[in-house]
Amino acid sequence: MFGITMAESGGEFVAPGPNSFDFSEVPLFHIGGLAVTKPMVQLLLGAVIVFVFFYAAARRATLVPSRIQFAGESAYGMVRNSIGRDIIGSHDFIKFVPYLVTVFFFILINNAFATIPFIQFPTFSRASMAYALAALSWIIYNAVGIKKHGFLGYLKLQSVPSGVSPAMYPLLVPLEFFSNILVRPVTLALRLFANMFAGHLLLILFSTGGLFLLEYGGIGYVAGPLAWVLAIAISFLELLVQFLQAYVFTLLNAMYISGALADEH
Amino acid sequence: MQNLIFLADGEPAEGGHAPENPLGFVPVEAALSLVVFGLLLFLIWKFVAPRFEQTFAERTQAIEGGIAAAESKQAEADARLAELEKQLADARHEAARIREEAREQGAAIVAEMRETAQAESARIVEHGKAQIEAERQQAVTSLRAEVGTLATGLAGRIVGESLEDEARQSRVVERFLAEIEADSATTNSSGSVN
Repeated sequence: MFGITMAESGGEFVAPGPNSFDFSEVPLFHIGGLAVTKPMVQLLLGAVIVFVFFYAAARRATLVPSRIQFAGESAYGMVRNSIGRDIIGSHDFIKFVPYLVTVFFFILINNAFATIPFIQFPTFSRASMAYALAALSWIIYNAVGIKKHGFLGYLKLQSVPSGVSPAMYPLLVPLEFFSNILVRPVTLALRLFANMFAGHLLLILFSTGGLFLLEYGGIGYVAGPLAWVLAIAISFLELLVQFLQAYVFTLLNAMYISGALADEH
Repeated sequence: MQNLIFLADGEPAEGGHAPENPLGFVPVEAALSLVVFGLLLFLIWKFVAPRFEQTFAERTQAIEGGIAAAESKQAEADARLAELEKQLADARHEAARIREEAREQGAAIVAEMRETAQAESARIVEHGKAQIEAERQQAVTSLRAEVGTLATGLAGRIVGESLEDEARQSRVVERFLAEIEADSATTNSSGSVN
């Protein structure tokens, strides 16, 4: 529809860009003076879905699981065992499991919104939402480390590499501090955001571009459907990326916590 | 909804407001993200994780309990088996002992029997010998008497002299026998002279 209007009105293809991710002009509704946009609703919807699923699975947990309980236990157990226990270690991992499970499934469902029909927008292509999660992760792993080693002890743990001659310290200490304390949350947020943003941009480009080509006629009758085939292929690739980004985000969280708890760098 | 999506994609470009920096920080969204995530985390922490962990623990315990029960059963069975084997060994030992005893007893009985039999046979032999001796003696006696009678009878007939009388007869026989003895002695001496 949009492609048609563009083609009819200007005859020029307007490539999708950052504006395709800006919903501030088209809020769904207002609460007080606050404009509630689609990604905000998605964020809430994602949380509701995750909680409803897990609550339904855990509500009447029995020794011999029901079908929904088995599904919930498998999902919970995957993050608990393969991320939590394997990375953090069996001594401390249990108290971080709820956090890791929440991070993984919250991000996973919000990423999956990019593919779910009629929603089709990855929530975390809104950078600010990814920033928030990365900031929380930064607070958590630093707090965990400071609680265990004390402030200076933790700074030393994260900044001073062991097994390196002190002569190298002037070079390595700032570098380690920079990479372990300052850069981590930024990369964490940007990785998630950029993957979702780029994937969605690509999908819009191929979908609207295909439509425009069909409207254009001539070679477009061949190129347009081809673009749509590619769009479908990219959608499948995006499914993988959605899962992978949720997994990587959670895995890195676990590794940061594990590093903060470690006795030696 | 569908309309919204396409509007959302198209509207800003048509509306023509200043393009947003996609990396820009939108406080409302960040705050909402934190709040929603925090709520979800709280709910998972409070209502989901403990129940799953409890179930896992119960399941582990059930499995371990089952294993423990199986182990105790196994130990019991092992003990019974050992006991039975011990009983069997005892019985075998007892049987061997009884057999040995019986063999010894048998051997003793055989030895005793043999001894008795030997004694018996010796006794029989002894008895036989004594009887034979007695009979021989008797035979010698009766033979001597008979020979005497015959010889006297014969001699009486030849010499015509009755030797019926007991005393005479006995005297004659004695004399006769003495003569024979003397004769055989002279023959022996003459023989040696000749």
